[in-house]
Amino acid sequence: MLVFILKRMISLLLTLVAASVVIFFVIEVVPGDPASFMMGFEASEEAIEALREQLGLNAPLWERYISWISGLLQGDFGTSYTYKVPISDLIGDRIWISLPLAFYALALSMLIAFPVGVIAAAKRNSAADVSIMGATQLGIAIPNFWFAMILVLFFAIQNHWFSAGGFPGWDDGFWVGMKGLTLPAISLALPQASILARVMRSSLLDTLDEDYVRTARAKGLSRRQALWRHALRNAMIPVLTIIGLQFSFLMAGSVIIEKVFFLPGIGSLVFLGITQRDLIVVKSVVMLLVFAVILVTFLVDIAYAFVDPRLRKGR
Amino acid sequence: MSNLATNDDPRDNLFLVAMKSPSFVIGLILTLMFSTGAVVSFFWTPFDVTVLDIANKLKGPSDIHWFGTDHFGRDMFSMILVGARTSIAVAFIAVGIGMVIGVPLGLAAAAKTGSMIDELIMRTNDLVLAFPALLIAILITAVYGASATNAIIAIGIFNIPVFARLTRGAALSLWTREFVLAARVAGKGATRISVEHILPNILNLLIVQSTIQFSLGILAEAGLSYVGLGVQPPLPSWGRMLADAQTMISFAPHMALLPGMAIILTVLGLNLMGDGLRDVFDPKLRRNRT
Repeated sequence: MLVFILKRMISLLLTLVAASVVIFFVIEVVPGDPASFMMGFEASEEAIEALREQLGLNAPLWERYISWISGLLQGDFGTSYTYKVPISDLIGDRIWISLPLAFYALALSMLIAFPVGVIAAAKRNSAADVSIMGATQLGIAIPNFWFAMILVLFFAIQNHWFSAGGFPGWDDGFWVGMKGLTLPAISLALPQASILARVMRSSLLDTLDEDYVRTARAKGLSRRQALWRHALRNAMIPVLTIIGLQFSFLMAGSVIIEKVFFLPGIGSLVFLGITQRDLIVVKSVVMLLVFAVILVTFLVDIAYAFVDPRLRKGR
Repeated sequence: MSNLATNDDPRDNLFLVAMKSPSFVIGLILTLMFSTGAVVSFFWTPFDVTVLDIANKLKGPSDIHWFGTDHFGRDMFSMILVGARTSIAVAFIAVGIGMVIGVPLGLAAAAKTGSMIDELIMRTNDLVLAFPALLIAILITAVYGASATNAIIAIGIFNIPVFARLTRGAALSLWTREFVLAARVAGKGATRISVEHILPNILNLLIVQSTIQFSLGILAEAGLSYVGLGVQPPLPSWGRMLADAQTMISFAPHMALLPGMAIILTVLGLNLMGDGLRDVFDPKLRRNRT
């Protein structure tokens, strides 16, 4: 087990290093000179040179990379060029919107997907199954930002139950904040719940065909008992993978959803960085998001090995 | 392959078998509808999408403007037709990039399984898959400029590992089969075997996967265009139409509803067609899953 964790950790580190190199190159190397990019066309030579000096762009490439990475490791994300404040401060304010939103959406999608997927599998080929499968097919096809607009139209504009955008903050209490995140969370959760329900269903159908379920039935358990006691637990393994993967989609999806609802989260920080050509912000925030995704994948891998001893040797 | 098959081989009538699957038929109709719209838009649209007609802005659907007009008075139906062209072109080329690069990589990895090449290809795959795709697509289009080309590249890159992985997995199991052994005995090299024997046998899988990637590409293009990082004006695209619609949604909901429906129906069509094809190609799966 220890060897397995160690191996996964090494591969986690390698992936992070590779990811950081890619991000560094995409942003700092390929588009030419970052300083003139950030200053725009009308900037003077001296201003660009001053910025180059300030950003340390005159140092060799590898030195710049090392200093960026060692800064990140110490929690120093650099200073925003536009706001003149440490990027970690910008992130600190916004993470308390993006993180709760991702977890809220994940919780919603599991809450919907589990019962729906189990019903579909338990009543395979019934009218309920067919309509559930049809509905999930539709859920996957709906772009979440479009769904978000429709939610706003119905719940915020036609009926004033929710606000159409912005975030009230957590100062007025937990439920006020949660209410502000409800429409964004629903729109993020819809496609995820559809995918998860389908995975739940097919995974459960696979385990229901297994010998141990047949044995359980042969010893006298009813279909329902066999499903709850034996099949469901084993069916959860592929479902876990998908939940881990979904975290990645929720992160990326929230970048767009935050834009729809004007939420001042991490995603909108990326866009601010892009529109203001603040490459330092973009680089560090994207790295942070990629780190989060890779870390979650790693944790899911480890979680598996605990759940299913067979997987420890598998890789 | 098909000219060797006898007439009672069910593969010969694959299309007829597929036509018995309701999801395939619905998917095919939807897909044909939108691709026809895209093709027609090259020759004819009811109105010119580059001409503004402010006097008739924000009109609801009518006899003249079937889907109404937008905030510049442009005909929504014409814009949706041209938007279909944009979406389909971007997604099609992005899938093409994924297949053209990913499939040979997968074949090479499978042919030299366990070698350095295999390791290198698969680890690079893992790396790309570890990135949140949409985020990196946003990054690429942001740094290199928002354009259709950059959107295609950004979406296409993430199709490469999908096809490489699928190809390698499927090819690996074929390499142990007798007909491959026979080909090796006959003196064929790894490249020839991959192209002549492995590839034709995984074509079904690749077709199913490409319909799925195609639909994901359409969603991704819509997302990128929505945030302003996809196709640039004046060329209409569904995502951009939705972005325009957002501020008008309270008094012109048709501006949001119709392009949204276009995206949903296209993606739904492709997914249903993919599901139907998978059932046809793999009868075992059909028995188990439905």
